[in-house]
Amino acid sequence: MRLGRSMRALSVALTIIGLMALWQIICWAGSIPEYILPPPSDILLRMIEDADSLYRHSLITLWEVFLGFAMAVVIGIPLAILLVYSRYISQSFFPIIVGIHCVPMVSLAPLLIIWFGFGLLTKVLIAFLISFFPIVINTTVGLRSMEKEMLNLAKSLRASSAQTFLYFRLPKALPSIFGGLKVGITLAIVGAIVAEFVASEKGLGYLQLMANSQLDVTMEFAVIFTLGIIGIGLFNLVGWIERLSMPWYHATRKEAD
Amino acid sequence: MLGKRIELLDAEKTFKARSGPVQALRPIRLAIEESSFVSIVGPSGCGKSTLMNMIAGLEPTSGGEIRLAGQSSRKPQEGNAIVFQKDVLLEWRSVLDNVLLPFELHHITWFDRRSKRTNRELAMELLEMVGLAAFADKYPFELSGGMRQRVSICRALIQNPTLLMMDEPFGALDALTREQMMYDLLKIFDKYKFTVLFITHSIEEAVFLSDRVVVMSPRPGAVVRDIPIQLERPRTIDTRANPAFQKHVQEIRDVFKAEGVLKEV
Ligand SMILES: Nc1ncnc2c1ncn2[C@@H]1O[C@H](COP(=O)(O)OP(=O)(O)OP(=O)(O)O)[C@@H](O)[C@H]1O
Ligand SMILES: [Mg+2]
Repeated sequence: MRLGRSMRALSVALTIIGLMALWQIICWAGSIPEYILPPPSDILLRMIEDADSLYRHSLITLWEVFLGFAMAVVIGIPLAILLVYSRYISQSFFPIIVGIHCVPMVSLAPLLIIWFGFGLLTKVLIAFLISFFPIVINTTVGLRSMEKEMLNLAKSLRASSAQTFLYFRLPKALPSIFGGLKVGITLAIVGAIVAEFVASEKGLGYLQLMANSQLDVTMEFAVIFTLGIIGIGLFNLVGWIERLSMPWYHATRKEAD
Repeated sequence: MLGKRIELLDAEKTFKARSGPVQALRPIRLAIEESSFVSIVGPSGCGKSTLMNMIAGLEPTSGGEIRLAGQSSRKPQEGNAIVFQKDVLLEWRSVLDNVLLPFELHHITWFDRRSKRTNRELAMELLEMVGLAAFADKYPFELSGGMRQRVSICRALIQNPTLLMMDEPFGALDALTREQMMYDLLKIFDKYKFTVLFITHSIEEAVFLSDRVVVMSPRPGAVVRDIPIQLERPRTIDTRANPAFQKHVQEIRDVFKAEGVLKEV
């Protein structure tokens, strides 16, 4: 299994290297000017040159992502539990949640700026609002996925409703909850960047906006690469926590593959 | 220790489906003596599971009364253990933890002073009996269907039941495993002497295991025959060759033929 994972990492790395090489060749062969599409070698060099600035702005974006995501988890999961257990809440709140999700964040951002200013809070709120939805939906679906047979088992063992939740419903929902968290964390990044585009003097979104205004396409790509790395990293971090907390689940999936 | 007596006093069931009421069970009057092994056979959809769920307190009756050990019963009772058609193991718990689940839910620390057995040891003993001691620390996904069902039987037995209900417990198993499970079950029954309510499609299985076979009609289900099985215990591999065994099987087939469940071309 360990070997399998490192093999997979290797194949991912090789694929990325292959795509980069192709890109590099296209840039050379087509002699595409650098202000349209810089070759990856330039982008990577630029990332090393400006590592310091990229690192500082990354930390700021990461912090916004982390806070927004944490908020989405802390509010989203309990809300999903309420949605599952209360008919009233599921009927009255659910349409509102769906409605909020359908509003593009770009159109909400100016409002939030008016209310909360240009500071951290606005960005955290936008990251929260966008990552909140998949977490709520997936948790709700997961909590509702308990079959009749398992409920009958819980009843026949005379489990209390708290026990039915903790011993049966919640563990049963974990795979689905983690699915939501994986989508949620990537959306939190999107949220933070959108917020930084609209209102910011720091963060990766700001850095990219600045580069864009100076027509510094290489720097823009350097930021995009950094974002990609952060995205893959955070996604895998959630995946790692998932594997740790559900050893039984991944093994089952592997059989199915 | 003795098993529970079951009494059904005109217990019936009508489901309220979207398209209108569906009568699943006609009023059923039936008594099952303590510590006897009774099988229910009947065609698919005749209400066997519904009957068991009503006795188990998992499904309310729409009329009549159910008594367990002389007491009117509507809720799941202590001493009732169920083996469901699907094994319903908790995938996130090891085999041992699955077996220990009933103890954990009731915060029971089982500690028999004379034999000084802990919960764990008791669970291990049961797993040993069904030949799964080596799999105690495995997760359910690492087990075959037959092994999983044996774990779920251990989970039922650890509750020290006075009434064991089984809803087509061997339905998903291959013929060979199924036969072995029948011998195992009889061994356990001879040891514990609880009351067993066993639901099955298989006439042979019912005759082989039971003291009595209750035959049900197609839906709405009703008891059409109640046949005492005159075969000595302990039953062995040779029991099937016994002419009395064949006679009982034929008798039940004839009932199904008369009911129109089995048709010849
Ligand atoms: N929740 C329900 N709502 C409506 N009708 C139901 C419901 N559950 C069962 N029934 C009906 O009641 C009848 C008896 O169902 P039951 O599951 O008890 O049958 P069964 O004898 O156990 O069948 P099988 O051998 O296939 O398991 C069926 O005809 C079914 O359509
Ligand atoms: Mg059934």
